[in-house]
Amino acid sequence: MRKPSFTTVMLILGLLFLYLPMLVLVFYSFNSSRLVTVWAGFSGRWYIELFRDQQILNAVWTSLRIAFFSASMAVCLGTLAAFVMVRFGRFRGKTALSSMVTAPLVMPEVITGLSLLLLFVHMAQLIGWPADRGMATIWIAHTTFCSAYVAVVVSSRLREVDLSLEEAAMDLGAPPVKTFFQITLPVIAPALAAGWLLAFTLSLDDLVIASFVSGPGATTLPMVVFSSVRLGVSPKINALATLIILTVSLATFLAWYFMRRSEAKRRIAMRMQQEG
Amino acid sequence: MTQPMTLTNPSTDIRHQLPAEQEMSSTTGKKSSRVQKETLMEIRRVSKRFDEALAVDDVSLTIRRGEIFALLGGSGSGKSTLLRMLAGFEKPCEGQILLEGKDISRTPPYERAINMMFQSYALFPHMTVAENIAFGLKQDKLPKAEIRERVAEMLKLVHMEGFAKRKPHQLSGGQRQRVALARSLAKRPSLLLLDEPMGALDKKLRTEMQLEVVEILERVGVTCIMVTHDQEEAMTMADRVAIMSDGWIVQVGSPVDVYESPANRMVAEFVGTVNLFAGEIVMDEADCCVIDSPELGRRIRIDHGISTPADERGVWVAVRPEKTLLSLEQPKGDFNWAAGTVEDIAYLGGLSVYYVRTEQGHLVKVSLANTTRRSERPGWDDEVYIHWDERSAVVLRD
Repeated sequence: MRKPSFTTVMLILGLLFLYLPMLVLVFYSFNSSRLVTVWAGFSGRWYIELFRDQQILNAVWTSLRIAFFSASMAVCLGTLAAFVMVRFGRFRGKTALSSMVTAPLVMPEVITGLSLLLLFVHMAQLIGWPADRGMATIWIAHTTFCSAYVAVVVSSRLREVDLSLEEAAMDLGAPPVKTFFQITLPVIAPALAAGWLLAFTLSLDDLVIASFVSGPGATTLPMVVFSSVRLGVSPKINALATLIILTVSLATFLAWYFMRRSEAKRRIAMRMQQEG
Repeated sequence: MTQPMTLTNPSTDIRHQLPAEQEMSSTTGKKSSRVQKETLMEIRRVSKRFDEALAVDDVSLTIRRGEIFALLGGSGSGKSTLLRMLAGFEKPCEGQILLEGKDISRTPPYERAINMMFQSYALFPHMTVAENIAFGLKQDKLPKAEIRERVAEMLKLVHMEGFAKRKPHQLSGGQRQRVALARSLAKRPSLLLLDEPMGALDKKLRTEMQLEVVEILERVGVTCIMVTHDQEEAMTMADRVAIMSDGWIVQVGSPVDVYESPANRMVAEFVGTVNLFAGEIVMDEADCCVIDSPELGRRIRIDHGISTPADERGVWVAVRPEKTLLSLEQPKGDFNWAAGTVEDIAYLGGLSVYYVRTEQGHLVKVSLANTTRRSERPGWDDEVYIHWDERSAVVLRD
């Protein structure tokens, strides 16, 4: 056998470093033992136990709902902010707006979480809302920091869009608002989708901010996982993690597949064009 | 295509039928048969400033109904800013823009009866060709059947009937331009603006499309203002050309006017190439004038007087390369010639350009049409004489 080259070895080492922990995790999710680190034979019992655990299932459902609403709201706010940053001419405080919109990207989560908690507590004292913290407060908190990510993604796309597209629409008789919805939005739709997915993932993933602003009623999945791990790792968490990895890989694969297919379609159309 | 103004304004219609008017317009150029004397647009002393930098400086223009008018200038000459003000994307700082007698300087672009074809074509990428053309008509809330009819008519006009269902990215450059043209004509605007219409095409396609676009515009009968930096394009397509520089309009006239009678040295150098000789007027009479030019080493005689003020004697004499002649024998007379050697020859197929270094060290361009194959011609380093007819030269100032 030929001796593998240095680059190949490094590649394999790198990939192992990244993916070996996950492989171990997936492997041990099929362990029949109660102890996570001791192999005692193949079994799917932790998957069954996972689906019997009402607390985890509730947390999954809560997390998904919060992520969905936060991402949607963040896309609305982030797009508005991006549009103002890119499309409006110079105005007073433009630099201040741009830096403040993107500040949450670099702000430590602990600070964001703590400041939001203080805000909610004071608001409850002053105007009586939010009476108790829960899904609504997590939703607001997540929207706050996800909007920043969406604004960055959308504004970079918006900067690339040829300004004359919007001018052409107005020239043909479409007022500015109509132009925005009929021309600008469809053109930047891919960036909106990317921003939404990014916000969804970030919200699903967040532990720190959610722990600060959540109340007794709303426990997100990362909070459940984190607290149960502190009491001792249950193999159920391995099973849950395996399912999450499976979902994510499947989604990524589908996205790649559809993108490749549309690209191929486009190329065929172009070739037919050149021949015909 | 009907033009609403001629129907609603009978007084101008009658005036237009006067034979004297017809005669007037027939002298302006070859394409003038459709150009009417009636004014469509008037630009009155328009200026535009961007952060203290003056982009357009006190420009006044009158556009006649039915003509193709070109704004020709280098980059930064303010031609695009002027066009964007006509479209409504920029507001003039001073002055007025009148379309059919109404001041539209403050009207937003979506309420102007003016449509524009963009340099990048700006076709909406998420819509098909037909949807692109229908976009403007939908904004006017026309009935569906009429929109369909008008789209079909426009596709036929630009010979793109088979492409209605295509997306813009499936089209070639020339096809995209046709669609963009159809889209900007679909609303039957009273004025069409073209921003560097051939800018995105390669040279061969450009010449083809120039003629085709003119043909379409004439068939539709729309008035058109185009912006270009390509003088060949302006002269091919336009009835009248305005030369812009530093926000000013330097000269307005037919292509023949600006080429043969340039207003000053800048126009002469910008439109085509020219040989310039600095000189001083020594004699100026009604039927001829004589200019002393140390650069030529000889006096220059011109067959008409130029009535100069006594204190402005310094002028430039311009001779186009194709009006400069080349001979091996010394020309007769004491005027309008110089001896020199051939320094370089550029063979361009249809014509050859000779670069002749005169004895005074001045480089003179002479272009000769290659009317015969491989005939006897002066070669490199040959001793030659350049000369020109006294009717060929033009006197210019800075």
